Amino acid sequence: MIEATLGSLGRPVLQAVAAVGRVALFAAAVLGHILRPPFYLRELGSSLLQIGWYSLPVVGLTAIFTGGALALQIYAGGSRFNAESVVPSIVAIGMTRELGPVLGGLMVAARVASSIAAEIGTMKVTEQIDALVTLSTNPLKYLAVPRVVAATLSMPILVAVGDAIGIMGGWLVGITRLDFNSAAYLKNTVDFLEGWDIGSGLVKGAVFGFIVALMGCYHGMNSARGAQGVGAATKAAVVSASVLILAANYILTEVFFSS
Amino acid sequence: MIELHDVHKRFGENCVLQGVNLSIASGTSMVIIGGSGTGKSVLLKSVLGLVRPDSGTITLDGQDVTKGDRDAFLARFGMLFQGGALFDSLRVWENVAFRLVRGPKALPKAQAREIAIEKLRRVGLKPETADLFPAELSGGMQKRVGLARAIAAQPEIIFFDEPTTGLDPIMAGVINDLIREIVTEMGATAMTITHDMSSVRAIADNVAMLHGGVIRWSGPVSDLDATEDPYVQQFIHGRAEGPIAAIR
Repeated sequence: MIEATLGSLGRPVLQAVAAVGRVALFAAAVLGHILRPPFYLRELGSSLLQIGWYSLPVVGLTAIFTGGALALQIYAGGSRFNAESVVPSIVAIGMTRELGPVLGGLMVAARVASSIAAEIGTMKVTEQIDALVTLSTNPLKYLAVPRVVAATLSMPILVAVGDAIGIMGGWLVGITRLDFNSAAYLKNTVDFLEGWDIGSGLVKGAVFGFIVALMGCYHGMNSARGAQGVGAATKAAVVSASVLILAANYILTEVFFSS
Repeated sequence: MIELHDVHKRFGENCVLQGVNLSIASGTSMVIIGGSGTGKSVLLKSVLGLVRPDSGTITLDGQDVTKGDRDAFLARFGMLFQGGALFDSLRVWENVAFRLVRGPKALPKAQAREIAIEKLRRVGLKPETADLFPAELSGGMQKRVGLARAIAAQPEIIFFDEPTTGLDPIMAGVINDLIREIVTEMGATAMTITHDMSSVRAIADNVAMLHGGVIRWSGPVSDLDATEDPYVQQFIHGRAEGPIAAIR
């Protein structure tokens, strides 16, 4: 009975370990190619535009509503023990340390990991990846490296923009709905916000960007045949990127702030 | 010369190649025929290294294709894929000039574009096509662009994977004639896989039939109709009755 139970657990555990190993090898291969020529600068530029620039609206909208809601929640919670004045500082710290990078990362995962997986998956099923090989071009280097580098570079910028917009959302709600003085709100924000609050969020952003593009490329390149295969790869990319972002967020928070 | 010796490949329980032996002399056009799912594409991709055989050897001019400088090896090849396999995000001329603008012998962009337009003209496409994206082309035009890309870097060996699949008979005839002309004009070695008998007669110097994971018959195209091999006869005449099961 126990043996059978353990046996039935064994296969999925082995499959999970094998999957982790495959992703780790893929990540190592991508990292190994980053500094080795040839460099596909045009593809990098295009990826920066697609991943960074075109993600700005969704990250900005997410941040402004999150900042506003956060201000309302902190005000409501703080009023229970006469701590309404902490709204500006907690909004700023909450946005920069946690909500900016995590929600930004999740939104970019939904937008970018899916599109990368679908694009590369379609290239695989239509033999475009085989065509790259016959044209003496390494698909990993041509397709994955520019996307991973672009996402890793652009996510911290997206997080910084999201932080600023989120804090602005809190400020807007603070002065229009919660009767804060505008100058006092901003002064409170600046006084209590430390450099590492922002820096830690930016580091998280870079890690999350790496995860998003890596998952998109990995699942795209391992897509099964047909429309169903590409659909499954796209779903797997978004789910795995989202879960890994949340897991990495916990680990990074533990590393940065546990002391 | 391309030589395959006792090449085996299986995918799970499915033994696709079970000891393929084949020689393709330099400067000749070999067409491999066989039913759907008999492993023609796997055979072709094994030569290119896109699929790794489980056992057996494949040599090009006596050199094992799995050893040595891979880029230099691939630089000798051009390939026309079944669906064209054009890169959606690149314009037609960028697809054709893909190899020309990359690598150690990369040409300036303007020169590569000129060559691409000349190759497009060679396959019967107007220069205006150069700035379109693949999605804006018909199936026949995409095949021609794929052909232009395959010949752009003047390869010594060209592979054609089902070059006429999905085309109407007139366009198929045009593509067959183009392939024959180009292969003759370039003096290239060609390996084509198809189950279209009009392609076989238009393109081939020699024909090999793949069935049951082995080369069932091979010989000059002129001997194809005269052979008494029942498998070949059934295939070339498209009969449902015969040793090849109609339902596979």
